[in-house]
Amino acid sequence: MGQYTLRRLLQMIPVIIGTTFIIFAMVWALPGDPFAGKCGDRPCPPAYIAEQTARYNLDDPLVVQYVKYMGNLVTGDLGETFRGTQVLDELAVALPATLKLTALAILIEIIIGIGAGVLAGLRRGSFIDNLVLLSTLVVISIPIFVIGYLAQFILGVQLGWFPPTVGTGAPWSDLILPAFVLASVSLAYVARLTRTQLAENMRADYVRTATAKGLPRRQVVRHALRNSLIPVVTFIGIDFGALMGGAVVTEGIFNITGIGGLVFGAISTREGATVTAAITFIVIVFLLVNLLVDLLYGVLDPRIRYE
Amino acid sequence: MSEPTHLGGSRDRENVQNEFMRARAEDITLPAPEGAPEPTDDVGKPRSLWQDAWDDLRRNKLFIVGSVLVLILIVMAAFPQLFTSVDPRECVLQNSRQPPSSEAWFGYDLQGCDVYARTIYGARASILVGIFTTTAVMIIGGLIGIIAGFFGGWVDGIASRITDVFLALPLLLGSILILTAFPSTTDTPELVVIGKVVLALALLGWTQLARIMRSSVIQVKNQDYVQAARALGATSTRIIGRHVLPNSLAPVIVVAMISLGAYISAEATLSFLGIGLQPPVISWGIAVNDAATYVRTSPHMLFFPAMFLSVTVFAFIMLGDAVRDALDPKLR
Amino acid sequence: MTVTDITVGPGEGGSRDEPLLVVDDLQVEFRTREGVARAVNGVSYTVDAGETLAVLGESGCGKSVTAQAIMGILDTPPGFVTGGSVRLDGVDILHLPEKQRRTYRGEAIAMIFQDALSALNPVYTVGRQIAEMFKVHRGMSQKDGLVKAVELMDLVRIPAAKERVNDYPHQFSGGMRQRIMIAMSIALEPQVLIADEPTTALDVTVQAQVMELLADLQDELNMALILITHDLGVVADVADRIAVMYAGRIVEQAPVADVYHRPAHPYTKGLLQSIPRVDAKGSELYAIKGLPPTLTRVPPGCSFNPRCAYAQDSCREGGAPPLERISDTRAVACYFHEEVLGAQQ
Repeated sequence: MGQYTLRRLLQMIPVIIGTTFIIFAMVWALPGDPFAGKCGDRPCPPAYIAEQTARYNLDDPLVVQYVKYMGNLVTGDLGETFRGTQVLDELAVALPATLKLTALAILIEIIIGIGAGVLAGLRRGSFIDNLVLLSTLVVISIPIFVIGYLAQFILGVQLGWFPPTVGTGAPWSDLILPAFVLASVSLAYVARLTRTQLAENMRADYVRTATAKGLPRRQVVRHALRNSLIPVVTFIGIDFGALMGGAVVTEGIFNITGIGGLVFGAISTREGATVTAAITFIVIVFLLVNLLVDLLYGVLDPRIRYE
Repeated sequence: MSEPTHLGGSRDRENVQNEFMRARAEDITLPAPEGAPEPTDDVGKPRSLWQDAWDDLRRNKLFIVGSVLVLILIVMAAFPQLFTSVDPRECVLQNSRQPPSSEAWFGYDLQGCDVYARTIYGARASILVGIFTTTAVMIIGGLIGIIAGFFGGWVDGIASRITDVFLALPLLLGSILILTAFPSTTDTPELVVIGKVVLALALLGWTQLARIMRSSVIQVKNQDYVQAARALGATSTRIIGRHVLPNSLAPVIVVAMISLGAYISAEATLSFLGIGLQPPVISWGIAVNDAATYVRTSPHMLFFPAMFLSVTVFAFIMLGDAVRDALDPKLR
Repeated sequence: MTVTDITVGPGEGGSRDEPLLVVDDLQVEFRTREGVARAVNGVSYTVDAGETLAVLGESGCGKSVTAQAIMGILDTPPGFVTGGSVRLDGVDILHLPEKQRRTYRGEAIAMIFQDALSALNPVYTVGRQIAEMFKVHRGMSQKDGLVKAVELMDLVRIPAAKERVNDYPHQFSGGMRQRIMIAMSIALEPQVLIADEPTTALDVTVQAQVMELLADLQDELNMALILITHDLGVVADVADRIAVMYAGRIVEQAPVADVYHRPAHPYTKGLLQSIPRVDAKGSELYAIKGLPPTLTRVPPGCSFNPRCAYAQDSCREGGAPPLERISDTRAVACYFHEEVLGAQQ
């Protein structure tokens, strides 16, 4: 297991370097004016250009730029917003709300998604199976911002069951509706994956053995479930990136002051530095989550552990 | 009494066995049978995967519904005039936010433009983005996947690392990044705007297809018939073109169809965020964005473009689902 | 006289007037897109305690499906049991309600499968999978169950059982995995053990070891053993009686010696002739011409007739020839069995 962990860690390092480099290159180093559109709708003032050029070493060769940028990143210097605040500070303030929202969303994803998937997977072709299939398809088809607005309007404004926007400090109760919206698409995918995996595993040889052993149905299903959930766990990790993308939209719609909301706001004011820094941060977190899921996979599947 | 033996490509091995046994008939110690019938392998007409799949699909209601919808949408995108005679850009401010009526089935939007007309014309942008992105993704991802899977070794190593790097960038976040770095304004030409969105999505979306193509190729590469072709001296390109590619296509097609829906959805989201398609391009995402603040008073402005958007994505995903189920050997 | 009266072998009939396990006219069909396949078309055989019955036949002849139907683990749909009965110790288990049927599985009648790697759950330790038998059927705790698991692993001759009880299936070799499956199946000392091609996936040397183990265990526990295989070599040492199956039917049933030296059915004869002989060096290998029929389109009359050297018109008309008693210990389903018997060297 230790060897596996080490290997995974080592594999991650070039990926982090590569990814941050690509982000950096895409933002600052592609042909054309790097400052086009980075100061809102107006062209950037010369003083700002000079200052940013000095800060980001834009006159240096690309690799040097990148290295210095990474150096800054590691020491926490992520640049400044237009208002002069440190991007790092903004991120730190925004983090808790996003953490809460994301945690809630993942919980919903797991409980409802796996639950629905199990129900459907065990009763292939039944009414509930078709219901789950259809409803997940519908949810996947509706873009998240439409779901967000509809939910906000119908459940928040019309019916008044939930607050239409989230108050300051992002209390948990306010976050329930946004969490459901955020989790919706991922939940649908989890349900479908669980369903397919379970249905497949129920036809596996070892399930036939379990039945032949005279185990009660519930335990036979447990045998299959244990195997079926492994790819589901992996998926939840991979999907985390999409979840964070969705967070930008969700936090924007529900007025949550999280990292997604930060990005959402920065997009409209065209604050390139903030957007870049926030997304770089999210990507690194995503990579770490992936690493965690990889390790978890090793724990769940003994065949990987003892290669 | 003997039925004609049908020889099909997928039954070659059994036919060889048959021939062998027939040739051996004289040597057995059993008395020679009089008037013994031809050995019947009686395997019936061979059915290829695609034939079976097509048979399944034809009967699949979801597939039929999905294809019909997609067809309608494509026609709508190509010839919007068939669906409405109203000019979507002819906007009379007086009509601002009027609800649906007999003159304007979907009502008017904020600027007083006919929502129905804008919704119909909006199909073009979304369908174009979907098709172009999927094509670009299939080319880029397909190429990298084939190269990585077929040549293996260090080529695969590099290609896989590059794939890993791009995989780390989620679709939405990555395209936000790219499009914020290269924003468009209302002055940017329509084609460039669409092109940027397509490029951004394709740059981030090719990884999934590359992975699938790669594993598909690796699987096919190790099959006996590919080894045989190689032993017979076929060049790499020939092997790839004639053997590997056709047999790797199934999962690729399924993913491409489903992704098409996802790209349309992503484009709408980007337009909603304000960094995707820009006016004067008519797009569903922009329409929803504009209509959002007035959802309380004039829900029709949001509802219709949102519905068309959802139905479009739904149709493509349903199609992809149906094709996948039809091609899945485990479900037969 | 019915086929079920044939009992030969070391086992006692006990207090019953019939053997321990009686399969009577079992019918199983598979409903597929291409039609209905009669996978098991009126199969009857019996096994008694301490006796070994080998069910012999090519792939697709229905021998595994019969076993699955006996155990009640058939994939339904597409498989359906449409007739017959299975009596274990006098009780028709085929028609028991599921809840009761389940109590027989693992407890009174157990089954082992061909590929132990896919037949064992890859994510649970072998100890846990063996202990499960005791937890579910005897209400033991996990700890006690594991102790019994180690005992069983010792019994099936797995070295260092105590250390390996917490290992996973993929960490064992093929032969040892099969032993683990055997251990699991005999954990509760069942009366009947069905072994579905237990050695097909193993090397020849390992095959012999596993068969020896099965034979020893059978002696110790006085189990009835149904050995399903297509390998004539494996059968010779272990079986008391052989039932030969073709296209869903039993075509011959007889004690081992009779089957090998004096087959009464053309198919059996063909099978024996197909075994490569060491002393026949230099001559061509024999194979029965033709292929087994697709079960959705079985030829009329005797299903073997297209490939049979003895076939006459009567073989192509009407129904399949019934399985008839031709002696105290033998039955055969062929109108011309006398010719076959007579044509021996």
